[in-house]
Parts: sequence; structure tokens; C-alpha cells
Amino acid sequence: MFGTGLLKGLGVTLKHFTETFIDDRRKEPSRYEGSIQVDERRRIIHQPISQEGLLTIQYPEERRLLPERFRYIPMLIWDTEAGEDRCTACGICAKVCPPQCIWIVRDSDESGKPITRPAEFYIDVAVCMSCSFCAEFCPFDAIKMNHDYELAVYDRYPQLVYDKEELTVPIEYYAALWPTQYAAEEAQRAKQKEEERRREEEKKKAAEAKAQAQTAGGESGVAKPKRSKEELEVLKAQAAAKAAARKGEEGGAETEDAEAAKRARLEELKRKAAEKAAQRKKESGE
Amino acid sequence: MSEATTVAEAPTIDSALPFNDAVPGAVIGVWAEETDKAYFVAPDKLLPLLTHLRDREQYDLLSSVTCVDYSAYKGKLRAGISERFDVVYHLYSTKKGGGPIRLHVRVPENETVPSATGVYPGANLQEREVYDLFGIKFEGHPNLRRVLTWEGFHGHPLRKDWKEAYYEEDAKPFKSRHPGGHYQWHEDKLPWGDNNTYPQGWDPDSWKEPVTYVPVSQAPYHGYGELDTQSIVINLGPHHPSTHGVFRMLTRVEGETILALEPEMGYLHRNHEKIGERNTWLMNMPFTDRLDYINSMSNNLGYALAVEKLLDIEVPERAQYIRVIMAEFTRIINHTWSIGFILNDLGALQTPALYAIEEREMILDLFEEVSGSRMMCNYMRFGGVVRDLTPGWVDRAKYLAYDRLPRALDQLDELLSGNEIIKARGRGVGYLSAEDLIALSVTGPMLRAAGVPYDIRKVEPYCIYDRFDFDVPTLPESDIYARYYIRLLEARESLKILQQALRDIPPGEVNAYASATLGQGFGTIMGGKGGYTFRPKEGEAYARIEAPKGELGFFVVSDNKPNPYRYHVRSPSFINLNALGPMSVGYKVADAIVILGAIDIVLGEVDR
Amino acid sequence: MTTTPVAQFSDLKREQLNRYLHDRIQVPEELQANVMVTTLDKIYNWSRKSSMWPLLFGLACCAIEMIATAASRYDLARFGMEVMRPSPRQSDLMIVSGTVTKKMVPAIVRIYNQMAEPRYVLSMGACATGGGPFKEGYTVVSGIDKYIPVDVYVPGCPPTPEALLYGLIKLHEKVERQSITTVPWYRKGASEAVPVPILGPDIFDPRKVQIIKEYTLGSTAATGGAVAATGRLQPQPIPEDVKARIRAAQAKYRAMKKQPA
Repeated sequence: MFGTGLLKGLGVTLKHFTETFIDDRRKEPSRYEGSIQVDERRRIIHQPISQEGLLTIQYPEERRLLPERFRYIPMLIWDTEAGEDRCTACGICAKVCPPQCIWIVRDSDESGKPITRPAEFYIDVAVCMSCSFCAEFCPFDAIKMNHDYELAVYDRYPQLVYDKEELTVPIEYYAALWPTQYAAEEAQRAKQKEEERRREEEKKKAAEAKAQAQTAGGESGVAKPKRSKEELEVLKAQAAAKAAARKGEEGGAETEDAEAAKRARLEELKRKAAEKAAQRKKESGE
Repeated sequence: MSEATTVAEAPTIDSALPFNDAVPGAVIGVWAEETDKAYFVAPDKLLPLLTHLRDREQYDLLSSVTCVDYSAYKGKLRAGISERFDVVYHLYSTKKGGGPIRLHVRVPENETVPSATGVYPGANLQEREVYDLFGIKFEGHPNLRRVLTWEGFHGHPLRKDWKEAYYEEDAKPFKSRHPGGHYQWHEDKLPWGDNNTYPQGWDPDSWKEPVTYVPVSQAPYHGYGELDTQSIVINLGPHHPSTHGVFRMLTRVEGETILALEPEMGYLHRNHEKIGERNTWLMNMPFTDRLDYINSMSNNLGYALAVEKLLDIEVPERAQYIRVIMAEFTRIINHTWSIGFILNDLGALQTPALYAIEEREMILDLFEEVSGSRMMCNYMRFGGVVRDLTPGWVDRAKYLAYDRLPRALDQLDELLSGNEIIKARGRGVGYLSAEDLIALSVTGPMLRAAGVPYDIRKVEPYCIYDRFDFDVPTLPESDIYARYYIRLLEARESLKILQQALRDIPPGEVNAYASATLGQGFGTIMGGKGGYTFRPKEGEAYARIEAPKGELGFFVVSDNKPNPYRYHVRSPSFINLNALGPMSVGYKVADAIVILGAIDIVLGEVDR
Repeated sequence: MTTTPVAQFSDLKREQLNRYLHDRIQVPEELQANVMVTTLDKIYNWSRKSSMWPLLFGLACCAIEMIATAASRYDLARFGMEVMRPSPRQSDLMIVSGTVTKKMVPAIVRIYNQMAEPRYVLSMGACATGGGPFKEGYTVVSGIDKYIPVDVYVPGCPPTPEALLYGLIKLHEKVERQSITTVPWYRKGASEAVPVPILGPDIFDPRKVQIIKEYTLGSTAATGGAVAATGRLQPQPIPEDVKARIRAAQAKYRAMKKQPA
């Protein structure tokens, strides 16, 4: 009969409309199921896949829970424990970068001999294609993908050419964003260290034996720290502030607020990660 | 799958060569290893040979026409060959299925090649592309104009000696990035502050844009009896909401009836192939994401298959399953999306499209979880995929494949299929017979909506598609409605594959090389400098997959260097546009928009 | 927010309104329920930012994310942007979403010129901002800001819908800071149209003809015109003075961030 197709179609839309409308009137709408309340108005939404329809995420207040592997722009890891950049300026990320948007200047000591530390590190965000090859191929786990997507700016230069300071984040930040991968990397690192220690010991023993045999040896020069303690502290603080203030606005009015928000988010992410890990354990246990 | 072929050192005429009894002297040489059936053809005998292949040997589909410039070739095997250009044709049979016949026509600079458009009208756009990018003239081509760049552009960019303004080095990685990588904007190195070059002695003051020869101006003149009407040219695009991007249609209309329609493209020509030849093999992977940006996973798959042919890698079982799952999810995204936008073009503004996007978001969430990005997944690698699935992923995917998506497709079906307006607008509009479509090199859902069960997953199975039980739906009508409905049917078949794949997926490695989860990449075992570059053996490979839009082929030539010597994308969107003009003639202007929508193009892939 | 009780709701509303009220003029308490005092700027900016209609204009990959932003999950309508107008005459905001090619640039500039003022441009994604991964391409424009002024840049490849929304919020903030007295479009002398670039052997901006001529015909031509440029193509360290300028700009930017205004 003429018109049945139209009516059927209208029925589908009407069904959709009423379903979501009724759902939204509920005390706890299904879009908030499994979400994390940050404060009175802000939430991190974890949309369950079984949710009927797809409900709107009210962005500035509500955010989507990003998956761990989410990638946006690279970040450089500041090893808080060792108190230095993990980057050794080996240049693999610059070589593997498809649009060639990474520029590294290798640092050198007073005598001009190159050392394994970047003096400058630029990423042109207006060229970066977020492919994560740099993170994938870095042998030192020094460059990782950041989850921060709130990067819009009013001026392209120099804001969109990120220098080393802007890129550097403390390792805790990375651990909060990428908990699984961080744990795996740390495990791998511990294993490696263990092996290295063993080898070192063997070497030492061998050397001792040798030394005893020769009863003569030169004093090995103790490597001077690259930067003084105070310098490192300053750098560390800078990096932390930078990472926290990234979300902050150049308008400047909300720096404190943004920092607090960032901290809250970090805490949130950490907690969420722990929860997730627990859940995963439970899942795998079953 | 066949291995990559290597080249005979010098072709010699041999009476035992194939087709020489039918077309004497046409084939003048063969490749050393004949796995892909590749022959050298004398230029003057090309057309008789093509006619013979089409009429007697059932090779009715001219899949791809491209060209390689051998002037900078550094490999050993082809060093002795003097002709600069090599025009490559890939022929397939829609009746027999199976692998291709590859024809090579070698031509020195400044010589012409006979145009294949007389035998295969589908060569039209591809020959124009070769002319545009390589400067090879095709004799007898009805409309040999530039297609991706504009009329008046200087030079032919894919020639190896052509350098653009940005030019830094022949191959990546650029040496200026490390260890002394002082950041500088490239534009600032040129006095006019942009990535442009201008030829010597060119005077911008006296420059006049060349008047392009537009074939629509030669459309037939119609006088209806006493009433002498005048036809006018109407331009749609490049900024037009109905063109699905930056695409231009020049139509000559009389009243509202289309007399001639000429597609005009290149508004999103992003130089994939030139950049691809400078990139390393691996670097091209994220660039393929941006070809058909709705289906990044399929593009990754096609490219990975092509390079794997050169590398001779076995892909682990689990990775094969993951690849199929991703490719089929992508197909569902694409088909629901394109249904939504066909309906948009029909005037059902946004409601169906919004429903389609809803399901797309759910699938994108899954993609994001495994690959890290919603759209530009960059997930496949040579020899597998980059990372394993996350815990719980398969269950969520199962929920989608068994429960949610079937419901969503049923809902779309219920919402749209019976709709009288869609029937009235779609039935009988944009008809083109199956023979015409094959002659125009059209592939994909368009061809299947004309009753030809040609699906590469069946006729030349790749990955592990031969293990799954699924049908190739066809519809006989070959009109807009059939093209809409076939996509729904195909999405359902994809669900079938997904259900089987998700049920059977085995545990195990996901990459033939090291696991990439520990930040080491897969390159360390792959060997080569630094682990991220490798040198495939010399030769060429063509891999094709059934992408959601049709046959997506990657043609790569390696000269045993870390960068591809030639990287060509046979894009279904681009070649399916051959049919746009013939399909639209005789219908109304409003129909032309739907006809374009039903071809389902993505401009990133059309212009590359 | 469906979870907000009614009492809180009125507070929320007042809080929202307070931003648009005049800071100094006090309204007597008995009138407060009925009278609100604001500045012309504030009300004007508020109305302008609350219904900023974007141009329905997609270029490449980012356009797909733009559509996703407009769709139900992110819903541009919450920002008063639900009507994407295909006609430049009816739209206030141009979202340049995707790679800008040289063949397309004349059309974009023409569309921009056709937009009625006040008009804003948001450059979405790496390609529109600076050429992106395709920057090295021979037909790719390295940044739409070479041709038309851009208000907000959203980096990312492609920016997720949230990133685009954040860019739009930044644009709203920018609009809020504007004043009728200083915006260019209400000042004497109508703002000029951007000259449309011309497709020659390569695209050229009519404003730059002189420089190009010097290169292709002039004194430097003797050494090989565009070929001579290859000398300049060698990577050069940034001169110290430029570096200092960049540092100063960055320091200023950081200082601005640290001090709450």
C-alpha cells in the first residue's frame, strides 16, 4: 500500500526519539553508567557498548574516557628517578618519522664532543601525522604518545612548533596514561637490568681476578654528572609545570584551575587504570 | 598468492611466446619468472593484442594502467633497458577469475603509445593520469587533458627528474633533521614564502590561464521540433554540498536533462605517489590511511599485502584473522556511511546519515582501542599487525557483530528500503548495463548491483577469505536503488564473516617479527639499518583487495633500496568515476547528484 | 543536566548570566529580578558566539571528523552551530577541514571573500594549519593562513571531535574578547577582499608577483631562478637574533600563562 514505507520509517525515528527521551528522564541516564564523576559538573564518560542508541557526550563538562592506546601528539619522557631525559638524541624517531617533523640537535660537551643528550628537540605539530612510529621505534622508551588533545591555539608560530620543554612530561604522567604498557616496559627493563647486573658481576669477578694477577691498574675516571642537582631540580619542576600547564590557557586566567584539573585528571586516570587492571585480572581469572 | 616477478635481462622475440600465433609479434618478451603472467608488448601491436585478450581470452576488465619512469633505476636487473618509460597494464577476467595478465609497453621519451580507450573505455581516466604525471601521450585518446593537476601546470611531476619546491633529498630520512636539526620552516627558504616553484623566464604579468577544452561544450545539439531550446553548462563544485568533498562536475543541460557530464578532479591531489616514492616502505603505511579516509584499515591491508609479496613473509594465523575482522568492520562502516549519504543526496537530509554514524562511532571505538586512533588507524604492518587486541576486545566485537549491528542494519532496512520516495527516485535511475560497467573498469558494489558476482574475496582469495562461508549478493537492476540495497546486503554478508572470524580467532603471535608492544618496533629482527628500514628484493608486485568501494590495488616496484621505486595506487573511487558521465546522460540534474552518491567516492582516494 | 535539582538550576542559570552582566553598575535589589545591565559589547559578543553558523565545507579527512562532531555523539548544536550552511553568504565560520591544494585555493579564497563579515576561520587539522604530512607535496599549500587570516588553529591528524570542540570553545573565547569599537569590520574603509590566487605554472599570489618576477626574470635569474633556490634549500641554523625573538615570544607566552589575568 502506498505510504506504508513512509510510516514505517517515521515509526523508526519515533521509536528512537522516545527511547532516548525516556532514558534521559531517568534518575541515572544510561549514558552515565560506568562514568566517573570528577566533581559536581564534570564527568568522564565511559560509554558502554551495550548502550542503546548513542547518547551525546556534553564535551567541555563531560569527557570520553580515552583508551590507553590513544595517540595524539608525541611527548618526551622525563625520568624523575634518574633525574634526566630519557632521550639520548639517537635520532631514530627523526629518521622513522614519515612526514619528517622531528628536529633534534645533539648536545655536546665543552670540548665539542657530541654527547647522548638532546640540546634541542622540536616537533612541528602542524606537520605531525600522529602515526606513533616514533614511540614504536624508540629503543629507550623516551618518546611516547600524549593523550592531550586540547591544543588549539590562536597563533601558529611559535605555539605550534613544540620545543623540548613543551614536549617533556614526567614519567608519572606517562605511567598514568599508559598503565599497561608502562608496566610491561618496566618489567622488561627490570629483567634487562638484572641481566646486566649479572653480567657486570661476572665481568667484575673476571677483572678482579685479572687485577689480582697483575696487581696494577689505572683509576677509572668517574663520570661527572651532566647537570648539577639544583639544575635538575629546576628542570624537573619546569617539566612538571609544563605538562600540567599544557591544558592551561594562554589567556592565562585559568592556569591554577587548569593545573588543578590536570592533577585531578591524572589522579582519576590512575585510579581508573588501577580499576581497569583489577577488572582485567578478574576477567582473566574467570 | 603469487610471488613478485623479476625481470628478464633483455627481451628477445621468440616464436614460443604466448599469443604470437594470434597476434604475431605482439609479445616480444616475458619476465624471467612467470608467476604473474607478465609480457613485454610491442607498442604498435598493443591494440590488436588487447582486442584479442578481451574477445578471445576473456580478459574483459582492464584493471589498472600506470607507468614507471626507469631513468633513475638503481637495481641490477633492469639496468640494461634503454627505454625510459614502462606503461603497465593489468588485465583481469570477471568470468574466469584468477590472477592478472600484466602487459608492459616500454617507450622512450617523446614517443606515443596507442590509447586503449577504443578497446577498454575504462582506460580513459587512467591514461589521462599517466599523461598528467608522466607526460606520455596516448594516441587516439578522446580527451587527453591533465586530470589531477591543472592545465598550465609546469612539468610532469612523477618523472624522476622533476623536483618540487620542497625538494630536500631524493629519499627519506632527510639528513637535516639529526644531529643538527635546527628547526626552520621550509617555506621560509624561498623568497615568496611558499612551497612553489616557477620555471625560468616565466613572466607572471603576461600569464593567462589557458582556456581548457571542455568536452561538455561539444555535446550534441537538440532541437525539439518547433521549439528551439538552448542548452547551458552548469557547474557543480568544487565547493558543493552534494559532491562528497572537493569534486567538480561540469554538466551540459537542456532544461533539466543532462546532455553531457564531465567530472573534473584533482582538488585534493595530495601527491601520495610522489611522496610515497620518497618515503621508506614503512613510512607509507600511515599515508595509506589517508587515501580512503573512511576505510583506513582496508588501505593498510592492501598495501601490506603488496609489500609482503615482495618480502615473502608468512603472516601468523592470529594476525590473518585480525586483518579480516578489521577489514570487514571497515566495510560495514563504509556501507552504512555511504547508505546514509546516498539518502542525504536523495533529500532525506541527515536522519539516515546520523543513524549510520551512530553505528560507525561504536566500531570506531573498537578501532581506537586497538590502534589508538579513530580514523587513521595505521594498524597493519608487513607480516601482521602492530599490536595484539586488548583484553575483552573480542567480546565487545562479538556483541557488535552478533547483536548490535544486525539490529542496526535491520533498522536501516526498515527505515529506508520500503520508502516510496527512495523507490521513486532510485528505481531505473542511473542505469548502465553490466557489459558497459565492466568495459568502463567499474568494480565493487556497483558491478554487483548490475548482476555480476565479481568479488575479489571469491575470485582471487587473499588473506584467509577462502575459509569463510559467505555469499556474494547481486542484484540485476543496476540502478540507484539496487546500488543502495546491495550495500545493505553486503554489510550483512560482512557480518557473517565477522561472526565466523570472531568465533574462530586463535591465540598466538600477531606479527611475523618481534612483538611491538615493548617499544622496540618490529624492525630489529627484520634487519636492515636501524631496524626500521629494510630492502625488499628487486621486482614488482601488484596486490589487490576487495575494498568496500571496489578493487583497491597497490602496484609497487622495488629496486632493492629502502624506498619504493614506484608506488602506485589503483583506487576504485577514481576509476569508478569513468562511469559517471555515461550513467548520468539522459537523467535530470538532481539525479546526477544521487548517481554520484551511489558510486560512493572518497576524494582522498580519487585524487590521491 | 538532568541530574541537577531545580534549586541548583536557577543558581546555575544566574552564574551563567553573571558573565554577561555589567561589572560596575549596580542594580537596586528590588529591581534585580527584572532589570539587567550589560554592555553592548558583551551582549553583542554573546549573541554572535551563540549562533555561529559554520559553512558546510569539507576538504579531506578532517571533514569526516567534522561530520562526526556535528552528529549525535558530540552534537555541534549544543554550541548553536547546528545549521551548517552550504552558502558562504549565510555562514559566519569557515572550518577549513583538510588538506588545501593549490587547485582548490582559488575556490577557498573566493568563498572566504563571499562570506559576510563578521567572519571567522578555523583551521582544522595539521594539513590546513601547516601542510601536515603532505606539506612536501607539489600541489599542497603549506597552511591556509598563507592566503586567508585564521583565527584558531586546531592541530591533530585528524583532530578528534573533542579537539575540534575545544577549538570552537577557544574561538568563542576570542569572540568574547572582541569589542565593537576595534573589530576591523565596523571601521572606516570596508575591509578589502583577499586577492584570489592564480593558477599559473604553479600557483601564485597576485601580491607576490614582484618577488616572483625578480626570480624568474630579474637579476637572480642569471644564476638559474628557481634552481638558485636550491642553495637556500640547504638546512641553515636559525640565526641567533631570530632565536632570541622566538625565545622572547615563548617566555612572554609562558609568563602570560603563569599570571592569572
